[in-house]
Amino acid sequence: MKFELQYKQYSERTILINWPSQVDEKILDDLLSFKKNIETNHGKSIVEVISSYNSLLVCYISAIENIYDSVLDLKSLYVTRSKSERLANRLWKIPVCYATSMAADLQQFSIEKSLTIDQVIALHSATIYTVYFIGFLPGFLYLGGLDDKLYLPRKSTPTLKVKKGSVAIGGNQTGIYPIDSPGGWHVIGSCPLSFFDPKFDTPCFAKPGDKIQFLSIDKNKYNDIGARVLEGAYELESILL
Amino acid sequence: MTGEVTIIDPGFFSTIQDEGRIGFSKYGVPRSGAMDTTSYQFANSLLGNTPNVACIEWVFKPPTLEFNDTALICITGGEVDIFLNDQKVKMYHQIAVKKNDIITMSFCKKGVYGYVGIKDGFLSLKVLRSSSFLNPVTQTSSLKKNDKIAFSITDHVGKQFSSLSVTSSVDESKELKVFKGVEFDNLSKEQKSNLFSSQFTISKTLNRMAIQLEEKLPNILPVIITSPVLPGTVQLTPSGSLIVLMRDCQTTGGYPRVLQLSEDAINCIAQKRTGEKFRFRLAE
Repeated sequence: MKFELQYKQYSERTILINWPSQVDEKILDDLLSFKKNIETNHGKSIVEVISSYNSLLVCYISAIENIYDSVLDLKSLYVTRSKSERLANRLWKIPVCYATSMAADLQQFSIEKSLTIDQVIALHSATIYTVYFIGFLPGFLYLGGLDDKLYLPRKSTPTLKVKKGSVAIGGNQTGIYPIDSPGGWHVIGSCPLSFFDPKFDTPCFAKPGDKIQFLSIDKNKYNDIGARVLEGAYELESILL
Repeated sequence: MTGEVTIIDPGFFSTIQDEGRIGFSKYGVPRSGAMDTTSYQFANSLLGNTPNVACIEWVFKPPTLEFNDTALICITGGEVDIFLNDQKVKMYHQIAVKKNDIITMSFCKKGVYGYVGIKDGFLSLKVLRSSSFLNPVTQTSSLKKNDKIAFSITDHVGKQFSSLSVTSSVDESKELKVFKGVEFDNLSKEQKSNLFSSQFTISKTLNRMAIQLEEKLPNILPVIITSPVLPGTVQLTPSGSLIVLMRDCQTTGGYPRVLQLSEDAINCIAQKRTGEKFRFRLAE
C-alpha cells in the first residue's frame, strides 16, 4: 500500500513527514518501514527519526541547506523502502495486578461503565495491543486496540500523582505510567515492571510495532515479580512475531 | 587530578546543563540542555573548551560557589555583578580561582538564565550521554546546598582562547524569527494576521518546559492526533492560549502547532522576563 505523504520543513534542522491523520496499523507498518530505510541509508546526516501515529520527524545533524534536495532524497527512500522486511517485533506479556487495593479507580470505573470488575479485567486483558510510539513521558507507550466497551473520558480534574506502574484508561486509550506523574486517566491496575531505565542506552524494552498483552496476576505474584525486578532477576516473557 | 566546587547557596533553581540528550526523543525523553545555548556556548568557548561540556545554569538568583583547588571559570548570560571573595570581577572573562576562593553573584539584573563554565567542564554524572538535570531521568532536579561537583584541576595558564571581547551574549531583540507551524494553514485569515500584527507578552507561567504568553488567540481549531513537538514549537490550546515549548518539553503533543521559533529565537525568548513584549516575524 502506498500513501500520499506530505513533507514539510519543521525547523532549521528537521523535516516532518505526514501520513493521513488516522490511527491505523497499515499506516504504522508503512511508517516504520520508511523509518528503517531512512535510518539505514541516511545514518550519517541524521541524529534520529522520531515517530508518532501518523508522522516521522527526521532530525538532521546540521541546518538543512536545500529543502528541495533533502525532500527528494527522502522521497526516493520512500520508494525503496522494503515492505516485506521483518522489523523483528515482539509480543510482550505484561503482568498486571487488578486488585482493587492496587487500582484506585477500578471500582468507580466499573460502576460508570455498568460492568462487573471481572468483566473489566477480562476485556482489558483479552486484547493484544499495538505499540504505536513512545511519547508524553519517558517510556510511555501509546497503545492501540482498546475495546470500545472500556472507553471513558478522562477525569475532569487530573490526579496530582499517578504512581509509576499504574495501568490506566483515558478516552479510547490505555497505557502504563512509566514514572510518577500527574495524570487524568482512570487507574484500573498496577504493573510491577519498569518501562524506563535510563541506566541503559536503550532505556525502553518495547518499541513501535511491538505488541502488548496484559496478564492478570494476584497481589502475591505482583510482590514476587516486583522483588525480582529490583534484583534485576526478572525475565520478561516475550514472543518474536 | 580533580577538585571540587561546593554549593554554598544553590540560588533559585540551579542545574547542570550541556547540549542535552540528543537521540533519545524516540523513547519519550525530553532533550533538555541549556535554555540559552548562545550564552552557554560563550562560556565554553571563552575557556577553550570542547563545545558540549557541562556548565552550571542558574535562573534569576545565581548560586554561591566555593572551590577547593585551582580552576579557571567564566560567567556568561543574564547580567550579574560577580565577586571573587570581595573583589569585583568581570563577566565574559576568564576568572582564575584558587583553593578556598568563593564566588558570589548579585541577583540577575537583566535576562533570566546565566552560566558558569569551568575549564574542561564540570564532571557531573552522565545519564543517557548527557549531564543535563531532569528528574526522573537524572536523580536530581536542581543543585542543593552543600552539593559538590568535581572538575579537572588546571593550572592558571592565562591564555585567552579567542579574540572575542563581548560584554553580553543575551539577545534582546523584540522580534522573534519564526517559521509557519505544521497546523498554521488551518488558522483563519484573521488569526494568521493577528499572530504577526499583535504584540505578545511573556506571562508569569514560565519554566524550563514552556513559556505561556499573556494574550489569547480566539481558537476554534480542534486538538490534533498526538504528534511530535520540539523546543520552540508554539502550541495553541483549546482555550486560546499560546504556549512556547522550551528545552525540557515533552516529545509529543496534541495541540495544534501554529508556529516554530528559529533556533536564535528560542535563545532570545529564554532570556525574556514576565511582562516583556515582543512580536513574531515570519521568516522569508
